[in-house]
Amino acid sequence: MDNPDKLRRFEQTVLPHLDAAHNLARWLTKSAPDAEDVTQEAMLRAFRFFDGFRGSEARPWLLQIVRNTFYSWREQNHRLEQSFSVEEEAVEIADDRPTPPELHQQDLDARLLRETLATLPDDFREVLTLRELEDCSYKEIAAIMNIPMGTVMSRLARARQQLERLLRQRIAGVQP
Amino acid sequence: MNREELHALLHPWFDGELDAARSLEFEKHLDDCPSCRQQIENQQSLRKALTAPELYYPADNALRRRISRNLKKAVRTESRMVSHWFSWNAAAAVVILAVGIVIGVLLRGVPSSTSSKALVNEAVAANVRSLMANHLTDVLSSDQHTVKPWFDGKLDFSPPVKDLAAQGFPLMGGRLDYLDGRPVAALVYKRRLHTINVFVWPAATPPSLPAGSGSHDGYNVIHWTATGMNFWVVSDLNTEELGEFVRLLQSPG
Repeated sequence: MDNPDKLRRFEQTVLPHLDAAHNLARWLTKSAPDAEDVTQEAMLRAFRFFDGFRGSEARPWLLQIVRNTFYSWREQNHRLEQSFSVEEEAVEIADDRPTPPELHQQDLDARLLRETLATLPDDFREVLTLRELEDCSYKEIAAIMNIPMGTVMSRLARARQQLERLLRQRIAGVQP
Repeated sequence: MNREELHALLHPWFDGELDAARSLEFEKHLDDCPSCRQQIENQQSLRKALTAPELYYPADNALRRRISRNLKKAVRTESRMVSHWFSWNAAAAVVILAVGIVIGVLLRGVPSSTSSKALVNEAVAANVRSLMANHLTDVLSSDQHTVKPWFDGKLDFSPPVKDLAAQGFPLMGGRLDYLDGRPVAALVYKRRLHTINVFVWPAATPPSLPAGSGSHDGYNVIHWTATGMNFWVVSDLNTEELGEFVRLLQSPG
C-alpha cells in the first residue's frame, strides 16, 4: 500500500476512535501521564499493524491494541502493585453498618463514582469501562478482552454488583 | 426456566443482549419478582450516573497533535524504508570501505562537511527509523559487558557502554547505525515507554561541532564531544529527564 494513502485511510478509520483509546488507557493506568504514553504507543502500533487490519470494526480493534499495549507496558514497568485479582475479591467484607440506601434513591455524585470505580479490581474496571463508557457489545468486549461471551456476562454482573455494594457502603459511610 | 436461570438473565437483558424469546420470558418474570425490579432500578441509576462527563477522558489537543506528528513521521520513515532497507546491508559493506578510504584519506583534519542542522535531521531520522522498523537493537541485552564486546570487529572504535538501570534508564541493547557519513554505534536505553538512542562515534580533532541541544520534529536532541567521541542523544523523552540521563552518561565511572 502506498504510504500517504495508508495514512489517509488510517486517519479516516482509526483516528476517530482516539478518544475511546485514551479513555480506556486512562481507566487502565489510572494516571494521566501514563495514559498518554500508552495511547501514543498504541496508536503507533495500530499504524504499524494497519496493513493487516481487514475487519470493518476499527474501534474494538484499536481498543484491543490499547489493552495489549497497556499490559506490555505494565510488565516493562514492573508495576506489581496492581490491584488484587477478581478471585480474592469475591470474599465478602463483613459490614455492620446499617443497611445502605438503594442507589436509585440517591443523587449519585460523579466524583464519588469516579473514586469508587478506580478502586475496583482491574478486570472489573475494564469490563465496566468497555460496557458503560464505551458502549461496547458483549461480542466486542469478548474480542477485546480475549474471553468467552459467557465470561463477559458473568464478569459484568459481578463487577456491577461490587460497584453497587461499594457505592452503597460509601454513601452510608459519608451520610450521618 | 427456573428462578435462578431467570435471575442470570438480568444483566444480559439490561444490556439488550437477549434474543426476543428469552427477553419476553424475563420480562414476564419481572412482573412477579420485586428483587429483580429493584436491582434493575439501581442499575439504571448507576448507568445514568456513569454518563457524567467527569468520568470520561477524551484525548486532549496536545496529545492529538503529538500523535498526528508521530504518524506523519512514521509514513516518511516507511517510505524511505522501501528503497532503503533492502539495499542497506550491501550498501553498508560498500560504505564502510568507502568511509575508510575516501573520508579517511580525503577529509582527515578537514572540518566535517555535515552541518549541525543536517546532522540533527539525520540523528532524528535514525531514531525514528529504529522505532518504526522493529530494528531497535541488533544485540538485545541489558548487560553492558555483552553489548560492548558485540561492537568489536564491527566498528573501528569501542563505544563506552554504561549501565544506568539503577538510575531508571535500563540498557536495552545496541545496534549499528549510519550517521554523519560513517557507521556509528547506537546504544538503546529506555525510560518507561520512551526509547533513548545514543549515537557514538569518534570525533575529529578539534571537534567539528560545539556541544548543543534542541528539539526537532518533537524529538529532543543533546550532543557533545568527550574522550574523543561524539555523543548524540535523541529521544521523545522530556528535556528534564533527558538532561538527567545525559548528566549520568557524562559522569565519570
